This record gives sequence, C-alpha cells and structure tokens, in this order.
Amino acid sequence: MKNNVGREIPDEILNEKGYKTFKSVDIGNPEKQRVAPKVSVSTGDNKVVDSIEDVVKNNVKDGMTISFHHHFREGDFVFNKVMDIIINLGIKDLTLAPSSLTNVMNDKVVEAIKAGTITNITSSGMRGSLGEAVSHGLLKNPVIFRSHGNRARSIEEGEIKIDVAFLGVPNADRLGNANGMNGDAAFGSLGYALMDANYANKVVLLTDNLVDYPNTPASIKQTQVDYVVKVDQVGDPDRIGTGATRFTKNPKDLKIAKMVNDVIIHSPYFKQGFSFQTGSGGAALAVARFLRQSMIDNDIKASFALGGITKPIVDLLEEGLVNKVMDVQDFDKGAAGSMKSNKNQQEIDASWYADPDNKGAMVDQLDVSILSALEIDTDFNVNVMTGSNGVIRGAVGGHQDAATSKMTIISAPLTRGRIATVVPKVSTVVTPGDSIDVLVTEVGIAVNPKRKDLVEAFKQVPGLPLVSIDELQKRAEKIVGKPEEIQYTDRTVALVEYRDGTLVDAIKEIKD
Amino acid sequence: MEERLRRTMMFVPGNNSGMVKDAGVYGADSIMFDLEDSVSMDQKDAARILVYEALQTQDYGNAELVVRVNGIDSPFFRSDVFAMVKAGIQVIRLPKVESAQMMKDLVSTIEEAEKKFGIKVGTTHVMAAIESARGVMKCLEIAESSDRMIGLALSAEDYTTDMKTHRYPDGAELEFARNMILHASRAAGIAAFDTVFTNMNDIEGFNHETEHIHQLGFDGKSLVNPRQIDLVNKVFEPTKKEIENALDVEAAIEEAQAKGSGVISMNGQMVDRPVVLRAQRVIRLAKASHLINEEGEYIEE
Repeated sequence: MKNNVGREIPDEILNEKGYKTFKSVDIGNPEKQRVAPKVSVSTGDNKVVDSIEDVVKNNVKDGMTISFHHHFREGDFVFNKVMDIIINLGIKDLTLAPSSLTNVMNDKVVEAIKAGTITNITSSGMRGSLGEAVSHGLLKNPVIFRSHGNRARSIEEGEIKIDVAFLGVPNADRLGNANGMNGDAAFGSLGYALMDANYANKVVLLTDNLVDYPNTPASIKQTQVDYVVKVDQVGDPDRIGTGATRFTKNPKDLKIAKMVNDVIIHSPYFKQGFSFQTGSGGAALAVARFLRQSMIDNDIKASFALGGITKPIVDLLEEGLVNKVMDVQDFDKGAAGSMKSNKNQQEIDASWYADPDNKGAMVDQLDVSILSALEIDTDFNVNVMTGSNGVIRGAVGGHQDAATSKMTIISAPLTRGRIATVVPKVSTVVTPGDSIDVLVTEVGIAVNPKRKDLVEAFKQVPGLPLVSIDELQKRAEKIVGKPEEIQYTDRTVALVEYRDGTLVDAIKEIKD
Repeated sequence: MEERLRRTMMFVPGNNSGMVKDAGVYGADSIMFDLEDSVSMDQKDAARILVYEALQTQDYGNAELVVRVNGIDSPFFRSDVFAMVKAGIQVIRLPKVESAQMMKDLVSTIEEAEKKFGIKVGTTHVMAAIESARGVMKCLEIAESSDRMIGLALSAEDYTTDMKTHRYPDGAELEFARNMILHASRAAGIAAFDTVFTNMNDIEGFNHETEHIHQLGFDGKSLVNPRQIDLVNKVFEPTKKEIENALDVEAAIEEAQAKGSGVISMNGQMVDRPVVLRAQRVIRLAKASHLINEEGEYIEE
C-alpha cells in the first residue's frame, strides 16, 4: 500500500509487524503509555568486575536485544570487544539496537550476522561494508532505521526492549556514576546513551578510568547500573572527535553557506532570542561563521543552539551570542572539552532532544535548522540514507527530528561530481517534504510552495536568487544527464520509520 | 562596443572539470576559461575539448565568456581558436601580445573559423594580454588593432620578470604599465583589466590593490579565486551619494526626453555628456550590487 509520500510499503510488512504507513508530519496530542525496565536490586558497595566474558555469560541469552552507543564514533573500542566475546560464546538470534553504527563496527556486525549471532538490527544508520552487505541481502530480517528522537520514543514505549546495554564511558566510580566529560576518551555529552541507561534491564558500563566514589557530575547514575567493567582502553582519543575544525575554503561551500545565512537573516525568525541547529559538515560550519557576523551586525542573540555540537557553536556561546547550548552529542574535541567548564552547555538526552511523544522536546521549540541531503526531490522529500546506486550509506540521525523546526533549510550542492542532488524522485524518503521549507544550492534558492509566507518574505530581498525546485532539478539534469534506474529485487532489506513510528519508506535489495 | 560591467574576470583552468562546471555560480562579470598557462602540455587537447563541451551544455547566466587560447606561435593556437569559435565563445584573449599585427593574425584566424562554421563574421570579440615591456610600449596600436577589440589586460608576472623586477606590495613597479594600458584602452574606447592578485590569504593587500586600480579608472580585475569576487564588487559599489546623484541625472534625462528637449538640465545647470555617462555607469553598478532595483528605485535596508 502507498503511504502519504507516495512510497509503496509491502502489505506483508504492514500485516506481519503491525506497522502503520506514514500519514503526516503533524504529531498531534495523543496519549501514550511508557514502559519501565526490570531492576535487579543491589545494595552492595562494589559493582566492578574484570571480565566482560563473565558478564556476557551471565546476562546475554539467545534472542535478546543488546545495545551500544556511538559517542566514541570512529574511535570506538567497546563494540568490537564485546561483540567478539558474544560471537565466540555462540550466542544466537540477537537484536542489535545501538544508537548508531560507525564504520569501525562494520566488519564485526557483518561477522556477527554471518555467524547467526545477530538476526535483527535497528539503528540510526549504517555505512561502508555493512551497508553494502545489508543492501545485497545479507540479513534475513529487514533493518529498522530510526531517528535519534524516534529511538528514544521506541525505547520509552517498549518497541525497543533492551535486555542488556553495553555502554563505554571515559570515567566511572565503583558503583557506576559516570559522565562523558573527563578522562582520556572523553567525548562530551552522553545524550543517546542516557536512554539505554534509563530503560535497559541490565546496564553494563565499560571504562578504562575508575575514579573515586562518588563521581560527579553523574550523567549516568549508580541507580541505573548493574556492572562496571574495567578495560584497558574504551576508545582512541584521536578518532573520537576530529581536532580543530578548519573553516572551509571551498568557494562553493562558502557560496552556499552565505546564501543559507541570507535566508536565515531575511526570514521572520531572525530576531532576539531565536534558536537554531546546524550540522557538522564544512558548509554548516561556514554558516555558523556568517551567522555570527550577522548576529553581531544586527545586535541579535540566540536563546539556544541545539543538537550535535561543534566548536564554532561553542565559540558563539563563549562570545555571548548564544545563551545556551543544548547538547545531545559533540562532534569535535573543542565541543566535547568545553562541556565540563561551561555550565551553559547543557547535556540533554535523546528524549529531551527530540522524542515526538513527549511533554515537549527541544526540537519543537527550534526556529531554524540547517540540514544536509544526499538527494532531495521536487516534492522536497529528502534522502540521507541511500546513495545514487541504491546502497545504504547514511543515517537518519536527527534529520527528521530537527526538520520539525519552524524553518528547515536543506543546504546542498546542485550536483556532486556526476550525481544530481536535486532529483525527480528520491531513492529513499527519510524526511517528508512537508517538513522541509527551503532548499539552498549554489545556483539558487527554492522555497517549498506550501510556505507562502516565506516566499513572500524572500521576494522582497534584492539579489536573493529564488527559483522553483523544478527548475533546479532540470538544471541538475542538464549538467549530469539522466541516470539509469536502479534495479532492485522484490525483497525488503530495510525499513525507514518516521519519528512517530509509522513507515515512511522500505528499502529494497539491490539486484546484482 | 557594448557597454557592460567588467569588474571581475575569473580565471578557470580549462582542464578542471569541476571548476569549469561551477564557474557560473559565483557571479563573475566575465569568466575566462584558460587553455594556456594553467594547463600542462599533456592536457592541452583535454582542456580544449572540455571547454568546448561546457560551452555547449552549461548555463553561465549573463557572464561574458572569454577563453585564453595558447600563444600565436604555439602548435595549439589554430585548434584552440577554431574550437572556441565553433563553440560560440564571446571573446578570445590572446596572451603575450606585443604588436597590432599579432591581433590582426588572431582576427584573420577567427574570421577563417567563422566562415568555416557559418558564423557571422565579426561575431567573436578579442582582447589582448600585455605581458612585456614591448607590449606596454605598443599598447595603443594593439588597442586600436581591430573593431573586435573589447579590452586590454595587464599580466604582471611576465611583465615584472621582463622588467627585471618582481611584484612588491605597493605595486610601484606596475604603475607605468597600468597607466599606459589604461590610457590606451580609454583612447580606443575599450575596457582595461588589472592583473591578478595571487595571495589568497592577504585580504588587506588585495583590497588595497583593488581600491588603487578602481581609483585609477580600471574596469576591473582578473581574479584567480571566486572568493575574490565579492571583495572587488564591494570596492566598485557606488556610494549612496553617487547613486542619488545618478538617479537625479537619470530623472533629468527623462524629463528632457518628455519635453522633447535636447538639453538636459538639473538644478538650473546644464548636464554634460560625461556626467550622463558617469551616472549611467553608477546606475549599472548600483543595480549589480542590488542597491537599487531594476526600476531604479532605492532599496531600503
């Protein structure tokens, strides 16, 4: 059956899994039931153990759901260490439910799938060899892709029931009080992992840095933790976050960033106390720099910046141009390092950040978000999941969530090499066009015609190159031509949920 | 010669497909595809073919399209000219020009190509790059060598080498050449382009040089990086007072036309032709900088 963004969702998926198809980006005000985890009561004075293997043996059983966080990013040592033990113990039929999967985990996940250890996956995304393998049908059951806010919702409402969470931390005391800010492997906010700590039946912390009790500030608390495992090293500090982020010199990125800034400052939202979220790419960082100058020139301060945080955003905080940084994860060392010293850089969990079934998430208060796209189509639907060859190589991340903002701007080049970014139909819908307001490319700005107010506002601005998205699509096609259609089989290899848990798209197996 | 703004002439290496594809997005008044110095010997054919194809398929908006062909005595010259004429290039820039005869030779090759490809003779314009002491001393005859001439450009790297000096921050070594080229251009009624400024990290030096050549009276500058475009345009932006004065002059012209009067007067004084020309240029610059709209109305901040 076709959903409201025109994507065919196989009936057997809807029937077998009890899914509903995507209807609307409007969440409404439904009443929701949350779940609570089991608690293994403990009154002892030490949860420290030396052997991951013992913890796994005693707690992980066939058919369970296990989870990890991805705050160590490409410097993660925890995932492969734990998965090796689980594979070697011959445990089968697990559901893997991490906050996301980074490239260092790819080969281990493929190995675990081949061994029958992992038979189900839900994640924000996947890339590289794992994305290739899944797109070519390695996993029997479809992967479920969820945004960060949707993962929080699914955990709270029991759609993801985590039996054992393995959470690496850069510090912990003997009872499990821990944060992400101190230690060699510090990464800043523990935002995504806080959901696991709160809702998993068993919480296993792994750390290379045992500190005196009681450890504060405690983002994860002793009330939530079952085991603290001492390991040699939880992560590679050099690969957790990139070093100093350098301002892009790429003229095309700069051009796009300047146009994005022009859109922001000429929108009705650029006023005292506005709020915004940017991404982590070169163009997004450049936007922060242009925006800084515009805020100084117009004497405007932001009430908060949200999301994945970078050094340029922290700089705005320190300069007094942003009052608070609401921080669910940190993309670089500068952002990670400043959290412990700046009380206005507030750690938030994924629920507070973006859970749609909430009594109020931060994204609902967001004025402007700047997001990227692998593809965007003439209905403004955005794909950040599959490449031009149909292979999985991305992540929902916070894309659907941040698109809730009052003005969502997609910033993307018209083409990348020989591949068009603006296309007639995206290969996978991740974020529905109804929540996208403006597309900025280097050749022009397209406003979603549903936003008549923005169209009118921008028409008044001299020199703002407004074009229709159809024109942009035609222009891209003129440059790179029409690609051959991707050939798929009938088999579904992955499902993309909208943030409310309805199905926005189904990804098919690539035909070899 | 058609009056148009030529504040920025952006160099694009003809063998860099990404830069050739994107050259139109930065708002340069002129785009100069280079087949000469920025293209290595083994890439000459590839660059010619790439630029030829790009001219057929890519949208460069209102930019003036220029190509710098290989030198007249190089083995690539004829093929370059024929391919570019066939592709419909607007201007061919000849490097290292030292005499009117060189431009005449270029024009005769162009004419041959225009005839061969059924293009109206005279369609393709030309310009000369002055890169030597001889070129500077001959620049008036070069400027007046052909009706197809649209401008002279100073190329300072070769010129300073020829002069046994190099470039200095204050540009004193270029002053004579700049003035010669500028005077020859103005005498011939064509455009004058200043040389490139290659240190992308010296924004202050770039602005200083641009302000200087703007004061001298150059039409604009050759550029090596799109990031320099906005900087040049900022320097060439007219002041509010200049715009208001120009709008008054324009109103006076319209009033005179409405009355059917040949004499334009403003505040009881006759308006001379130079004042009219300057006002028209100010209005073109103000529109290009989005300071006034197409109807000539002042845009409030």
